[in-house]
Amino acid sequence: MNFEFSEDQLFIREQARNFLSQECSADVVRSVLDTDVAYHEPLWQKIVDLGWTAMALPEAHGGLGLGYLELCVVAQELGRALAPVPFSSSVYLASEAIKTWGSQAQQEHYLPRLAAGELIGTLAHSEGLGADAVASSVTGDVINGTKLPVPDGGSAHFALVTANDTDGELCLYLVDLQQDGVHRQTLQTLDPSRGHASITMHNATAQALGNGSVGAPALAELLDRAAVLLAFEQLGGCEAAMESGIAYTKERYAFGRPVASFQAIKHKFADMFVALELARANAYYGACALACDAPDLPLAAATARVSAGDAYYYISKENIQAHGGMGFTWEFDCHLYYRRAQLLSSTIGTQHQWKQHVATRLLQAA
Amino acid sequence: MDFEDTPELAAFRREARAWLDANAERRTDNLHMGMEGEAAHLEGKAWYKKKADAGFACLTWPKEYGGAGLTSLHDVVWAQEVQNYRTRDAQFVIGIGNCGPAIMHFAPEETRRELLPRMASAEDVWCQLFSEPSAGSDVAGLRTRAERDGDNWKLNGQKIWTSGALYSDFGVVLTRTDPTVSKYKGLTLFMIDMRQPGVEVRPIKQMDGGQHFNEVFFHDAVVPDHYRLGEVGGGWTGALTVLMSERLAISGVQPTGFPQFLDMVRSLELNGEPVANDPIVRDRLATWYSQYAGLQSANKRMITAVAKGGIAGAEASLGKLVGAVMNQEIANFCCQLFGQAGIIQEAQFSPQRAHFQDSVLFSPGVRLAGGTDEVMRNIIAEQVLGLPQEPRADKGMAFKDIPTGPS
Ligand SMILES: Cc1cc2nc3c(=O)[nH]c(=O)nc-3n(C[C@H](O)[C@H](O)[C@H](O)COP(=O)(O)OP(=O)(O)OC[C@H]3O[C@@H](n4cnc5c(N)ncnc54)[C@H](O)[C@@H]3O)c2cc1C
Repeated sequence: MNFEFSEDQLFIREQARNFLSQECSADVVRSVLDTDVAYHEPLWQKIVDLGWTAMALPEAHGGLGLGYLELCVVAQELGRALAPVPFSSSVYLASEAIKTWGSQAQQEHYLPRLAAGELIGTLAHSEGLGADAVASSVTGDVINGTKLPVPDGGSAHFALVTANDTDGELCLYLVDLQQDGVHRQTLQTLDPSRGHASITMHNATAQALGNGSVGAPALAELLDRAAVLLAFEQLGGCEAAMESGIAYTKERYAFGRPVASFQAIKHKFADMFVALELARANAYYGACALACDAPDLPLAAATARVSAGDAYYYISKENIQAHGGMGFTWEFDCHLYYRRAQLLSSTIGTQHQWKQHVATRLLQAA
Repeated sequence: MDFEDTPELAAFRREARAWLDANAERRTDNLHMGMEGEAAHLEGKAWYKKKADAGFACLTWPKEYGGAGLTSLHDVVWAQEVQNYRTRDAQFVIGIGNCGPAIMHFAPEETRRELLPRMASAEDVWCQLFSEPSAGSDVAGLRTRAERDGDNWKLNGQKIWTSGALYSDFGVVLTRTDPTVSKYKGLTLFMIDMRQPGVEVRPIKQMDGGQHFNEVFFHDAVVPDHYRLGEVGGGWTGALTVLMSERLAISGVQPTGFPQFLDMVRSLELNGEPVANDPIVRDRLATWYSQYAGLQSANKRMITAVAKGGIAGAEASLGKLVGAVMNQEIANFCCQLFGQAGIIQEAQFSPQRAHFQDSVLFSPGVRLAGGTDEVMRNIIAEQVLGLPQEPRADKGMAFKDIPTGPS
């Protein structure tokens, strides 16, 4: 048993951290937050140039052929830097799905372009309030339906869309978002540093992913893998938020002493640390299960997700509290973490849904 | 990162499993073994002796001290295997887990060879004598005096909350040797023979009705100088070794209540419906599982770090803090779930043989023993996160001048 990243992986993490601290300052995040752009194009281009979009794709399709563990450490740093780029949509969801279930022709078409950042893909699954009921439908190669919110739905070139086939079976389809039958509208969300849109498909053209029978089990597997990677993004955000709170309260004085010396504040940080370390441990276990394709990946992934979501919410809200009035300003970054925590614990399914997965999977386990 | 055993560890696992199959009974539930007091003590001793004879005691200790000279990863494998059997494996964790490492570090070689093998096989059982009526969280405020008497030391004073003292042959005792210097500087750590006229042990009845802990009185109790652990006046360093080892030792065996909760959820029906279908139960199950699984993995990370030559830091406080709180919350939740009959504390009427009712009454002690929740948070905040210390009212004072409450 070995429960730590390798030297090489830790080196990648360090490089990613250095790169992002240079190239993804809070100003970069805010340039997306404060304007109508859907993502930060120069940063995205540099990320592509570094090869991160190609990392976990096979060499035969223009990838670097590295594993999930390398992707995990990069995810952690993207989360820490609150990177305003469509990485999760394009890499954890679109690329993963095509790599795993796409036909030979689809892999040849999409993967090299995804690796090179020429194409951005996403997953369009949610159809509005409530759980995951899908009303979108496909007949032949014609798709109709509305999806919202779609992460990066405004900027992605294509989406992987869930819809029912003529037998009423849920299947995954590839839909070009630039075609006439697709109408997209930008949505304001709790985290405007990441673009979201609604997508309406009216007699648009769709192509089944793979052999046409890629359905609910594949979707579940795809989301499990993404859950581990997103848990690492959440982990990175937790670390950054907590560090900022510690730095601030050490410098801020009240009653003649640093705010960080008050026990109520110290214990708050101790509880944040506990939540963070539990989330980290679960994320590591999830990474391990992902990398070895272990049979308990579904439970490990759901656990990592629940743990990271709980931790990020707790840390980001108490970080605002520890900052006092400053924490409530637009100017301070506390709200950026708080917003991202909200987004990440909802995208690919809410905490509530993932808790149900944990319960179900745990009770099924022998 | 991987879950795999190395070939050596895989072989050890097979060996351990074969031996356990031949020498212990497999578990069918996660309930405690029942039986208290002397009977449990004797059964525990017999088990340790058997383990030691077969070479499975104190796996990480050097062979000359009664151990097996193996790695902390072997320890993990053993813990994973032994948990499937009904054994009293963690019974003497105070001596072996807390006191053992300090003795190995501070005692003279001859004393180590004399005492450690007997500890490893539970021929001698040990207790930890730190807390006093006026010194618990602030343990460095203790008052038990040790005075030099030729080649010996003479101890006078009182300890309290000493777990297992009644059945202990030896103890590690923290004393004050100089009240004129600051409280941390005037302490000295010793080993003491508990079976002597100058040591009097009186059991204390706990709020749950049990009697694990005791008061211990010293009346001119005698300690030879070669039982001193570390320098005169250097007792605090030794005490910290004991306390850190304690957190590490209990972080693996800390009760969380989760396995029993899961067993209950899997098996119980209420009003003709499996409780596993209750949405509130499912929500709690997911939340507690994510904490429980987190502790397990955090422990694996700590072990990975130790196996690579690092040291376990104050992070070990995590398991203590999370596990103890969860244990109490689960117990309370279950008693509510069971309806009005949830208050019945009788094995035949209460699911999991009244485990949850027992835990309602025992769990408050777990949040105190080995450092309270609040002290754990202080340790994390100050030692792990580097936040400034509390202003202290006793800073820089000689021990004898420190204010105390009315007593
Ligand atoms: C079941 C059990 C077994 C035990 N076994 C042993 C044993 O074998 N050997 C041994 O030496 N001791 C043992 N103890 C004693 C245990 O270590 C102490 O009870 C514990 O450290 C608390 O000390 P105290 O009881 O004096 O409480 P106090 O220190 O008086 O604490 C009272 C309250 O004040 C809080 N408090 C104190 N200081 C601070 C602070 N700085 N910041 C915030 N809050 C603070 C505490 O958290 C607690 O809530 C045992 C206790 C129990 C319950």
